[in-house]
Amino acid sequence: MKKLFEKHNNWFFKTGFVITVFMVTLVVIGQIWTPYDPAAMDAAAKAQGPSLAHFMGTDNFGRDLFSRVLEGAGATLIIAFFVVLLGAGLGTLIGALTGYFGGVVDEVLMRICDALTAFPSVLLALIILAILGPGRLNVIGVLGLVFIPSFARIVRTEFARIKKLNYVSLAKLQGVPTGRILLRHILPNIMPVLLPAISIGFNNAVLAEASMSFLGVGVSASEVSLGRMLSDSQNYILRGLPWYAIFVGLTIVLLILGFSLLGEGMRQEE
Amino acid sequence: MKKRGIALLLTALMLLGLTACGGQKDPTGGTKAPTGADARKAANEINVGIAQDLSSSLGPYQLATAGTREVMFNVFEGLYKVDPSGDFKPALATDHTVSADGLVYSFTIREGVKYHNGAVMTAQDVIHSFKTCAESSVDSSIKKILANVKDLKEESGKVVMTLEKPDSDFLAYVSSVYISPAAYTEQDTKPVGTGPFKFVSRTVQDSVVLERSDAYWGEKAGLNRITFKIFENITAMMTALEAGSLDLACHLDTTQVKGLSKEYNVLEGSMNLVQALYLNHEYAPLKDIRVRQALNYAVDVDAMLKLTAEGHGHKLGTSIYPAFKKYFDESLVDAYPYNPEKAKSLLAEAGYANGFKLTITVPSNYTPHVNTGMVLAEQLKAVGIEAGVQEVEWNTWLTDVYQGHKFEATVCGFDASTLTANALLGRYESTSSKNMCSYKGTQFDAFLKEALATTDDSRRTELFKSAAKCLSDDAVNVYLQDLAEYVAIRSTLKGFTFYPLYVLDLSKVTY
Repeated sequence: MKKLFEKHNNWFFKTGFVITVFMVTLVVIGQIWTPYDPAAMDAAAKAQGPSLAHFMGTDNFGRDLFSRVLEGAGATLIIAFFVVLLGAGLGTLIGALTGYFGGVVDEVLMRICDALTAFPSVLLALIILAILGPGRLNVIGVLGLVFIPSFARIVRTEFARIKKLNYVSLAKLQGVPTGRILLRHILPNIMPVLLPAISIGFNNAVLAEASMSFLGVGVSASEVSLGRMLSDSQNYILRGLPWYAIFVGLTIVLLILGFSLLGEGMRQEE
Repeated sequence: MKKRGIALLLTALMLLGLTACGGQKDPTGGTKAPTGADARKAANEINVGIAQDLSSSLGPYQLATAGTREVMFNVFEGLYKVDPSGDFKPALATDHTVSADGLVYSFTIREGVKYHNGAVMTAQDVIHSFKTCAESSVDSSIKKILANVKDLKEESGKVVMTLEKPDSDFLAYVSSVYISPAAYTEQDTKPVGTGPFKFVSRTVQDSVVLERSDAYWGEKAGLNRITFKIFENITAMMTALEAGSLDLACHLDTTQVKGLSKEYNVLEGSMNLVQALYLNHEYAPLKDIRVRQALNYAVDVDAMLKLTAEGHGHKLGTSIYPAFKKYFDESLVDAYPYNPEKAKSLLAEAGYANGFKLTITVPSNYTPHVNTGMVLAEQLKAVGIEAGVQEVEWNTWLTDVYQGHKFEATVCGFDASTLTANALLGRYESTSSKNMCSYKGTQFDAFLKEALATTDDSRRTELFKSAAKCLSDDAVNVYLQDLAEYVAIRSTLKGFTFYPLYVLDLSKVTY
């Protein structure tokens, strides 16, 4: 940890770190304990502004907003985590293989990636989700898929660059197995590029999930997520409940701001 | 590098804007609203917001959805026409006589009535209309009633109908057989009727325009022109309303009218719908009456009303809403009082002690149904049922749920196409094509069949009431409420009237 800070000694990284740790801690706590049951409706406490009892106020069903924001942020983060896992995992695999070996496979896979990139990713995700229907797993699958090309491209470039370096050629001559060269010799050396990409990817995933749910094709109506809440809240902005949208929007802003700054900070140092 | 940081911050802040620019943009340009509204007043025209597009065909016998019927009510007319109190008043007929045995109806046709295309209405048109309707109506209950007409002929300017067996509700059906010119073939796209407004144009998914018919036989409409604007997203509709580009919006709920500017008056009425948690009896757990009773006990309608509508709305108990005074049975309202313990024990008895999965599919464009679904899901979870809400688009709902029966449960509202008990109960007959729930009630079928065959009015009413009670006894669905509805109307407009049917009569609205 200390090493990380020494390596990235800039304000982007520090601020991003503080915000992210704060938000993630809140969300983790939210998974274990929330002040109220996030789903419990209460007709007596409908549509209230912030108060001592309800720190962020309540929504149109009298549900505690703070509890729901915690729960929703959790759901959004979990989705984002798996989206990045899927996108970065498969992207790295494809990028590594195509970058290292080149050839026909490289051509074919990269043209597919081109095709995917050429099509607006949000629109693509929207179309697939509209066909598959809403739901957490579908969102993860679709967004993960959409995220693959960007990771594949970054990783491929790095692998193609590093494979020409002398130490890799030497390792090859020494008869080091190809798998080992890929994993132990090259992969660690692309981390300075991959880590910021993952951080930015995370930030994009949070945003993408929020957008999908906001447009009604993300998580289903009875699931909680930040995008879903934002979409529900818009009916009440002008109906005496602006807090709803403000708090949910603020949570999204803080989440992605944290990740963006982290990613930016990691990139700064080079 | 610093620039990038700033750009990043700005992007993040722009997210806040996401909430503001969600729905469609108001097509007429929000900022010019006041002049727009004034201009409309000067031109004596209004814009009306509606929540869904009309059916693909606008033909008089093809009005598949309630939303289409309420608009076309202004264009088409039958021999008789319902009035706001639920009585039938002569329209295209000036009067009618019924033979002593109740079998022969003879209608005197109003003379000199002109269609919107200029043609003059004749007795032959009436006969043709009844025949076409009997053959091709999308409403199977009307088709069935008209099949009872064994002879239809013109006799010295009168149209005489002879029934197979007497039917005391016949006039109600007569009023929903719209009269259209026999020689005209473009009803699907350019409907022509005799009503106070004539159809001008339709832009799919955008708008429908009607204009006053100056040749109208009765009291002419007050407005020159009505534009129905379609907003499948309720937020977009409310935004348009607030921006002043709409003058009238119906079927709103309490939250939507709350905080509406002073430019609008808010009128409270009743939607004349049977809102229920409709259950698919083909879905394994719901086949068991004990499970359905458990659902009825698990649902707390009062709490739901408080959460979704500040307590407004009429509780029902069966598929009859209060405007049907004759058939509404107050005692059924609390047939299944809220009792989660009883629900749990019934579930256990039926072998679902650990609950079961229940997806409640709701049409996403109807906020009241979505909200009701959300509350019900929570109430059902409390007795151990894994309930979830799934929003689908209106068209998907129509094809998958309504026609395809691909659902477990759904929250929606059914209206009555005519002011007869059969319009609300007919859909539950085992053989009905509209039997979305796949309910098979032998007792119910028997009551309904007998009711339709009975001529004595009080006996008939009793039978319909017994049939309605069957729906409650068999816990066919979780009957909830007739929703309180609110109409937002520009304060300069007057003459808006509520009907006991799902119609929107704009002929009496004036500036």
